[in-house]
Amino acid sequence: MTAAGHDVAIIGGGVVGCALAHELTRHRIDVTLLERATEVGFGTSKANSGIIHGGHHASPTTLKGRLEWIGNQRWGDLCDELGFGFARVGELTVALSEADLPTLDHLVEQAEAKGVPGVERWDRDRVLAAEPNLTTDVVAAVHGPTTAVINPYEACFGLAEQAVHQGLVLRTDCPVLGLARNGDTWVIRTPAGPVHARYVLNAAGVFADAVATMAGVGDFTIRPRKGEEYLLDKRLAGLVHRVIYPCPTPTTKGTLVIPTYDGTIMIGPTADLVDDPDDVTTSADGADRVLAAARRLVPGISDRDVIAQFAGVRAVLDSEDFLIGPTAAPGFVNVAGIQSPGLTAAPAIAELVVDLLRAQGLELAPAAGPAPPLPRPVHFASLPTEDQRALAERDPRYRRIVCRCEFVTEGEVLDAIDRGARTLDGLKFRTRTGMGRCQGGFCTSRCMELLAHDQGAPLSAVTKRGGGSWLVLERDEVQGPGPDTGGAP
Amino acid sequence: MIDARPHVLHDHYDVVVAGGGPAGLGAALAAREAGAERVLVVDRETEAGGILLQCIHAGFGLHHFGEELTGPEYAQRVLEAALDGGVDVLTDAYLLDVGADRAVKLLSGEHGVATLDTRAAVLAMGARERTRSAIRIPGERPAGVFTAGLAQRLVNLHGVLPGRRVAILGSGDIGLIMARRLTLEGVEVAGVFELLPHANGLTRNVVQCLHDFDIPLHLSTTVIGIDGRDRVERVTVAPVDDHRRPLPDRAWDVACDTLLVSVGLIPENELSRQLRLRLDPVTQGPVVTSAMETSRDGVFACGNVVHIHDLVDFVSAEATLAGHHAGLFAAGRHPRADNVRLQPATNVAYCVPHTISTEREHTVYLRVRNPLERCVLRLSTPDGVVVHERKLRYVVPPEMVNLRLRPAVLADFHGDALQVEVLAR
Repeated sequence: MTAAGHDVAIIGGGVVGCALAHELTRHRIDVTLLERATEVGFGTSKANSGIIHGGHHASPTTLKGRLEWIGNQRWGDLCDELGFGFARVGELTVALSEADLPTLDHLVEQAEAKGVPGVERWDRDRVLAAEPNLTTDVVAAVHGPTTAVINPYEACFGLAEQAVHQGLVLRTDCPVLGLARNGDTWVIRTPAGPVHARYVLNAAGVFADAVATMAGVGDFTIRPRKGEEYLLDKRLAGLVHRVIYPCPTPTTKGTLVIPTYDGTIMIGPTADLVDDPDDVTTSADGADRVLAAARRLVPGISDRDVIAQFAGVRAVLDSEDFLIGPTAAPGFVNVAGIQSPGLTAAPAIAELVVDLLRAQGLELAPAAGPAPPLPRPVHFASLPTEDQRALAERDPRYRRIVCRCEFVTEGEVLDAIDRGARTLDGLKFRTRTGMGRCQGGFCTSRCMELLAHDQGAPLSAVTKRGGGSWLVLERDEVQGPGPDTGGAP
Repeated sequence: MIDARPHVLHDHYDVVVAGGGPAGLGAALAAREAGAERVLVVDRETEAGGILLQCIHAGFGLHHFGEELTGPEYAQRVLEAALDGGVDVLTDAYLLDVGADRAVKLLSGEHGVATLDTRAAVLAMGARERTRSAIRIPGERPAGVFTAGLAQRLVNLHGVLPGRRVAILGSGDIGLIMARRLTLEGVEVAGVFELLPHANGLTRNVVQCLHDFDIPLHLSTTVIGIDGRDRVERVTVAPVDDHRRPLPDRAWDVACDTLLVSVGLIPENELSRQLRLRLDPVTQGPVVTSAMETSRDGVFACGNVVHIHDLVDFVSAEATLAGHHAGLFAAGRHPRADNVRLQPATNVAYCVPHTISTEREHTVYLRVRNPLERCVLRLSTPDGVVVHERKLRYVVPPEMVNLRLRPAVLADFHGDALQVEVLAR
């Protein structure tokens, strides 16, 4: 940090903020990131569908449409560099009636206009041969080979971890309370004291309008649009091989059937405007709608298969497009309204913002050399037997299973803690402990022990996701007299 | 407990048992007693005994040992018996794979990745709890929502408490036991909420765990929402109609910082699926013969992995049967085939075993769908000829019905299927 503070402060540690941090720290500048939650990616990003969209869904006349395809092409390299999973599984956008066919034609034309390769119409027989569990009501589909799946939280962790290696000052549990100019520097007020920076990037997601207002340039409104997702039991792995889209409507791509990177099937999301940007409740009605819509595509899905549910809130502007650019406040740059395909576009957004900052006068010399790739986390379950044997031989920590449903070893849990997991959710998103069918019934207490041990703290200090999300109390914390059992037999 | 881990792992076993709870330990001992030379129990935890180790309350063993024991005491007895009987118990080990050819791959804290083979296998993996997600309670996802069994583990094994004021969804036995346990620890239990019109645990637990502590039990009521951003702040509960649909107009809020979910157990059958065993859609466990053999030769099963038991004593009885036949199988003596299929009919959810032999004596376990008083358990042919009847004072779904069947009862029956019904008298 220079005497004047950081060169750039990023507000928001979702995938956009993390991609900005990663891209900026490839240059010789001083960058900090402020995230209100205990770990990065804990807001909207963790509830993202995890799809790297093929590039042909959004119109080339929109900013999001232009950045979607550029972003798609960046993710493969990013995943190599950052060591997380990436699978280019492809997609099918499915027409269930003749009336949908013009939409399919439009998608193919859009792909041609944008230069997305390989997008083509498949007839019914070809679709059903490739995806035999799809509804036989399918009339035709458009296949896109460039669509991929990742785990969005892994992307956030990887981007942030690499950025920290490259000098990022990461501030978690650090909500922004106010913004003021002091000379040519921004002063960002936080509970941990002021943070100074020449440039401020507003990547605050559903709170971007509030942050812009703090900077005196609150001339837009974010409309939170909630999406509920439902995760199905792993035994349905292979139910579909590609991401299955219904024909889209003007505001949403609809309810998808997604083969996640981990091999589970996820269905969702809904798209409902909500008042509260923190409203991540799931609803009985949402579940019914998602299940009904998913069954229209894949009739074999049953509500008995649901093992987990969650929701995230998209940051939507009335324009339904991204808002990226400088404002009337000098040095304050909006990176706002990043709804779908925001995850896909994030690396392209970061490149665009670097160009913008350069145009604003920020000197951006490349760092000495490329950052060495991050080690890929051990995933014991997917190793061949001989590698498992060798690893278990070398390191006894990989001989003990912590999570039986997802088959996670103690070694993997300890690795995740070493790489920054501080909460039960942080551990879950890094290693899948507690993500399987028992939802942590068996492994929660062991995970808590390992976190507590690392933090040199009692079990009662471990939280689910930071803040007030405490899990257990020590006996002496529970006040009040015991029951009067005098009359009991 | 006893450090029982064998320091040598052999390449070959007569019987390998998956799971070191009362089912697995009992089966292993019975296999030894039936003549199996090398019997290995594999258990994931560092101490064998299964879930019994966290069940520190009494009430176990009245049938099997003729005295009342705590869970850990019961576990200790079956573990000691197995070890005395020459069983190898490998704890801190995880079965990675059981192949169709019964090649076994395991991961052990002591031995690393090991492969071995076995003549016979007994599946005794127990059950897991149904979760909040499985029953899709809508609302937020704060900390403070626990399955009752996880809460039991935290309280009894880790010495911490899940919260200050607790609501409990479901009146299964673990939920009832935890209502009492938490009350004794000074935690306030706001109430137990049960979707069904009747309690879902043993009557004795309703009396001893709720009534004796003045904890309200709200029947035909369920949780329809969870509030609290970081930690549970309240749950919304509502009565349900005759079709178990919530009536939101009559909902009310219950202030609490913790929700325990005790809504049933699911047999842990991932290994069974890997082995492509035939499963019963009602029990969600393997279909078994009267020798507790699954649809795959030489693969036996017992305990909660087959069907959820109310009492560990019956698990032990079933385990003895499964282990005995696994031991015989390992010695090359295949059990004689059954000749009668049991078909659950009126008011019977399921029967275990799924088939019986008219030539041997059996205990058939069954569970009813609805409570009935002054009723009769009837075996009849598919075209309605009554073969056997037994009067029952009452039946309720949470209490398993045991039917002892002697060959004499079926002496005049020559069909290949029997309907099992429980009817009002």
